[in-house]
Amino acid sequence: MAEVGSKTTRLLLLGLLLAPALVWLVGVILLPHLDLALLSFRERIGPGEFSWSLAQYRTFFAEPLYWDVFVRTAVISVIATGLTLLIAFPIAWTIAKLTRGRVSALLFAVCLIPFWVSETVRTLGWMILLRETGVLPAVLVSLGITDTPVEMLYRDATILVGLVYTSLLFMVVPLYSSLESLDDSLIEAAYDLGGSGWTVLRTVVIPHAAPGITAGCIVVFMLTLGNYLTASLLGGKNSLWFTEQIYTQFITRFNWEQGAAFGFLLLALSSLMVWLGLRLSGQKFADVMSRT
Amino acid sequence: MIPSLPRPLWLRIATGVFVAAFLVFLFLPLVTVAAFAFNDAPYPAPPWQGFTLDWFTGNDAEGRTGLFKDEELMGSILTSLLVAAWVTLLSVVVGTTNAFLMERMRFRGQGLLSLLMLVPLVIPGVILGISILAFASRVADLLGDVFGWEAEFLRPGLPLVVLGQVSFLIAIATLTISARLKRFDRTLEEAAYNLGASRPAVLATITLPYLRPALIGSAAIVFLMSFQDFNTTLMLVGADSPLTVMMYGRMRDGATPVLNAVSVFLMVASTAIALLLMRGDDRRRT
Amino acid sequence: MTAVDLEAKSLLKRFGSHVAVDSLSFAVTRGSFFSILGPSGCGKTTLLRMIAGFIGPDSGDIEIGGRSMQGVPPNRRPVNMVFQQLALFPMMSVGENVAYGLARRGVGRAEREAKVAAMLERVGLPGAAGKRTDELSGGQRQRVAIARSLVLEPTLLLLDEPLGALDLKLRERMKIELKQLQAAFGTTFVYITHDQSEALVLSDQVAVMNAGRFEQVGSPQALYYSPATPFVAGFVGANNRIEGRVSALHGALADVTTPEGWVVRAQIQAAPDGRRPSVGDAATAFVRPEVAVLGRTAADLDRPTIAPGDEAAPVHEGVVESLLFDGANSAVLLREARSRAEFRVALPQTGRYADLKVDERVLFTFAPERAVCFATGGGGTGGGHG
Repeated sequence: MAEVGSKTTRLLLLGLLLAPALVWLVGVILLPHLDLALLSFRERIGPGEFSWSLAQYRTFFAEPLYWDVFVRTAVISVIATGLTLLIAFPIAWTIAKLTRGRVSALLFAVCLIPFWVSETVRTLGWMILLRETGVLPAVLVSLGITDTPVEMLYRDATILVGLVYTSLLFMVVPLYSSLESLDDSLIEAAYDLGGSGWTVLRTVVIPHAAPGITAGCIVVFMLTLGNYLTASLLGGKNSLWFTEQIYTQFITRFNWEQGAAFGFLLLALSSLMVWLGLRLSGQKFADVMSRT
Repeated sequence: MIPSLPRPLWLRIATGVFVAAFLVFLFLPLVTVAAFAFNDAPYPAPPWQGFTLDWFTGNDAEGRTGLFKDEELMGSILTSLLVAAWVTLLSVVVGTTNAFLMERMRFRGQGLLSLLMLVPLVIPGVILGISILAFASRVADLLGDVFGWEAEFLRPGLPLVVLGQVSFLIAIATLTISARLKRFDRTLEEAAYNLGASRPAVLATITLPYLRPALIGSAAIVFLMSFQDFNTTLMLVGADSPLTVMMYGRMRDGATPVLNAVSVFLMVASTAIALLLMRGDDRRRT
Repeated sequence: MTAVDLEAKSLLKRFGSHVAVDSLSFAVTRGSFFSILGPSGCGKTTLLRMIAGFIGPDSGDIEIGGRSMQGVPPNRRPVNMVFQQLALFPMMSVGENVAYGLARRGVGRAEREAKVAAMLERVGLPGAAGKRTDELSGGQRQRVAIARSLVLEPTLLLLDEPLGALDLKLRERMKIELKQLQAAFGTTFVYITHDQSEALVLSDQVAVMNAGRFEQVGSPQALYYSPATPFVAGFVGANNRIEGRVSALHGALADVTTPEGWVVRAQIQAAPDGRRPSVGDAATAFVRPEVAVLGRTAADLDRPTIAPGDEAAPVHEGVVESLLFDGANSAVLLREARSRAEFRVALPQTGRYADLKVDERVLFTFAPERAVCFATGGGGTGGGHG
């Protein structure tokens, strides 16, 4: 309905629609992050007295614990993202290509169900399954594989299981939607032209699914990196996850300056990986995000 | 690879085994949680001691506080519902205005704004939490220093939790509603206008009914994500804990099967919502 | 004087530097079926949207039912529109669709339902009120869209290529239905289309639009038999187009000679400004395929039945390029012997000459009075085989 309505009413409407968006983006996103940045470049030099400094960031690099936890968090997140992709891809392929109609819809729905339930509940399940007095150690003993119950919690592998489990949905959905849009006849044509399973996968399927793969990996990485619940419950008291360091500084020690610096380092790492993911796959941010 | 092409037998079997294993992996924790809600033992651990409903209804003789008697837990469920209701309302309203802003308006800086709207989705929740916490405190301090106001709602507590969750859930609502508005055939509006409808009537009788599935869908997603949110919430809670934070605290301390009971309750509630939504979808289609 | 339902006065609309509608003035009489025929991009959609009120004119005025529409928004105009894709509201039933406009006017439920039922009955969809729009066939949807507009008893019904989305068979049937509906309701229809057959079959008056202007307004017969401009001659119906220069004048006839020396004789049509071609002017002649007659020998070309006048029609020679069998519309494509220009001749319905072979030499002729020619020096462009 172009051209209907006077210029003033259109400007008024624009203003009315723009206001909530700006309040949200500026008031709740932009300003708080600017403030956080300022906070991280501050040092307390006396009661109520502060000065500009790089002390918070210096502490991070000087104290091996912080640096180690940071690297550890990043490495485990990368591994978890890779594992999630490996597990989710065949499932997405099965739903999108190997099954039809009701079976496909049912399988898809079944994959979504666990994620209707909170992460807390799912983590509780893993704790009951894996802890020393839990279900799996008891099963192992009764099968005669181990003599006494083994503690399966508080290991890096356990954290990985929990993180992969929590992330699956965010990988299956974008993969499924990008695979579903792949025309079967393209695969048939590639076969017909002499491609083997591997070459078809490499030259036809993966290039087509690239936006979905990128979207899934970015989101999963971001979520694992920022995960707190799974890492701290399955990893135990000293799981040494970076978000826990942030929590400790901010809430337990009330050292907001240090916490802010840690927060910014995590944000920088997460943004860097998002950027790398986009660069490596040649995707645009907006396209990728609209797929998740 | 696809059914129309020859697949070796081993590959077909392997696929079947993999899918089966995947489903077991997916449901094992949930089934475990649910099962131990009915185990007649003080801790959610094997062996199986027999069936009981104590962890729902309570049993004073054995000193068991059931879910329905656990005021702290019930209170936290109510807190979560309250927070989720506010978050849903705010997110869907702002998501709708954002959708109209991005799909119906043309202005300078629109591309930048639409990019900015996606940013909250790639900021880890913990960082959204601390940035809002720090900024709100600074504003509260400022208000206190300059005007002498006690801006209590800017201190950790439920209003801040709502703000924190809204910060990224608006983005999700905006994406969902925009996607549907983008597909809207604008000649429908022209047709209504042509048939004598005023502009508000066009909005009320044509555009909003068309958006309804997206509004309901995004409300359901936002409600669920708010109810489940942990990372952002943890940084912003005050005295009243929503359910996830309450459960987390108890899980660290080694809790009784009452947590399993809560979990069963959540599963039933989520399934009910999911079924309701699906029924609604079906009805619209047939 | 007959009543006028729609009158445009020097209507002008620019989009940037592009003039979409160029100082257009015309009137549509009450109860008539008026078509605006033109190629895509000729400005017909812009014109229709200005009448509906979705676009405001840069200058000029539109009067509907004698009332100026300046500043009247679309929802207050006595005009309703049938959209190209129909724009039925998918979330409403058929009955709710038809009742929509009445509800907006505040008509009570009982009266609304009665009117809707009566209207659906009139368009041949009795009892369809409870159905959903996607349960209907293409033709039924069409009728719902018309019913939804006509129930409001508009002064004017605008139709924006409503048959464009239908398949060929259905389109043929809907053409007839549309004409019958218009006759039954007596509402003034303004119909835009790029399909000349729709315009010719349906209309009382057709305006041929090109580049923002009307090239000719007239009855379908007038457009077909005496096109006013080369554009109309080329756009309405199939036509052979021969370009050359005027080499001789014979009263109302002129000889147009192509650069290769092929001479075609045709009736002179004065340009809209009254200009007539003189010897040496660039000119274009148009000969309809059904006007020409084929023969294998000169004896086959029985002249008295061809030429109404006393003058003998010139005989031309060609080589069969291809046979275009299409039932009653079958034709043969020739190459004229001298100029190698393509020339299309309709095959007689009797089945004679169905045995023509490619590369066979044939003769053809036509009555010059039934062909037209225009001076084209710096004049109109466009057209081609319609």
